[in-house]
Amino acid sequence: MKAKKRILLISSCGGHWVQMNRLRPAFEDHDVYFACTERAYAQSAPEGRFFYVPDASLKSNPFKILWLALNVLAILIKIRPHVVLSTGAAPGFFALTLAKLIRSKTIWVDSIANVNELSVSGRKVGRFADLYITQWEHLAREDGPQYFGSVV
Amino acid sequence: MIFVTVGTQLPFERLIEAVDLWAAEHPETEVFAQVGETRYQAKHMTCVEKLGPGEYTEKFNQADVVVSHVGMGTIISGLEHAKPLVLMPRLAEKGEHRNNHQLGTAEKFSKYKQIQFVNTAQELNTAISACLATKLSPEQGCPETSVNLIKKLKSFVNEE
Repeated sequence: MKAKKRILLISSCGGHWVQMNRLRPAFEDHDVYFACTERAYAQSAPEGRFFYVPDASLKSNPFKILWLALNVLAILIKIRPHVVLSTGAAPGFFALTLAKLIRSKTIWVDSIANVNELSVSGRKVGRFADLYITQWEHLAREDGPQYFGSVV
Repeated sequence: MIFVTVGTQLPFERLIEAVDLWAAEHPETEVFAQVGETRYQAKHMTCVEKLGPGEYTEKFNQADVVVSHVGMGTIISGLEHAKPLVLMPRLAEKGEHRNNHQLGTAEKFSKYKQIQFVNTAQELNTAISACLATKLSPEQGCPETSVNLIKKLKSFVNEE
């Protein structure tokens, strides 16, 4: 039996969160932590395993973006996750970027909503992720993202 | 009850207006809408700006039909709870989203019989009435997350 690892799943609310939750079975042998832009989602995470992050988009004003980045960094330092996964959008972008500082392994799963092209965040941060995944076969490329299936 | 939800990030006036038209013709049916920051004042349905996740789930589960934009949250929840969905794609040229990705999503999910994609108020009107009249029996259950995707994530996490 392998040692339990700390996994951080982080996304913005709505569809990104719904998709991320459908990946939970992959991490059932580990300690999973959640972070999202909607406080009330805490009720669907185990006690003490949920963190709120403020909302921002990559087009928001610089202070909002900085505030989000600082919050994400604080969570990363607190949990020291072995693996960080995101389905989008801005919170995931910062989590995957900052995760490099604490040497976590990173996974980007691009949202299934992006049928014709990859998401803006995905295009920016995906190729720096250790595992870069698209949920559409026709968007997969030899140098990433890779396709293994989808959440529906 | 018809539950209308357009997410909380961007308004979707065209959809709310179209549902209001349907509601005017069908006063016997309750219509409840989460509209976000919308200027259009609906006259024939109950509108709130935002619901908490608990209230949202409650309305979603109670609804006979869910009307929405082509959002993945709505699609997946609809499939999970076997709800008939009437979905209108947001269009970039009408300022409803930054691009037309909802058209692509609509095309890819058009194989699901319980989801009706509509583009105009007229199509929306017909689709809601049809869903209510036939009590459209949704397909059984929601497709699972791909086994291969879960396997890949598992093995990646367990690598040293």
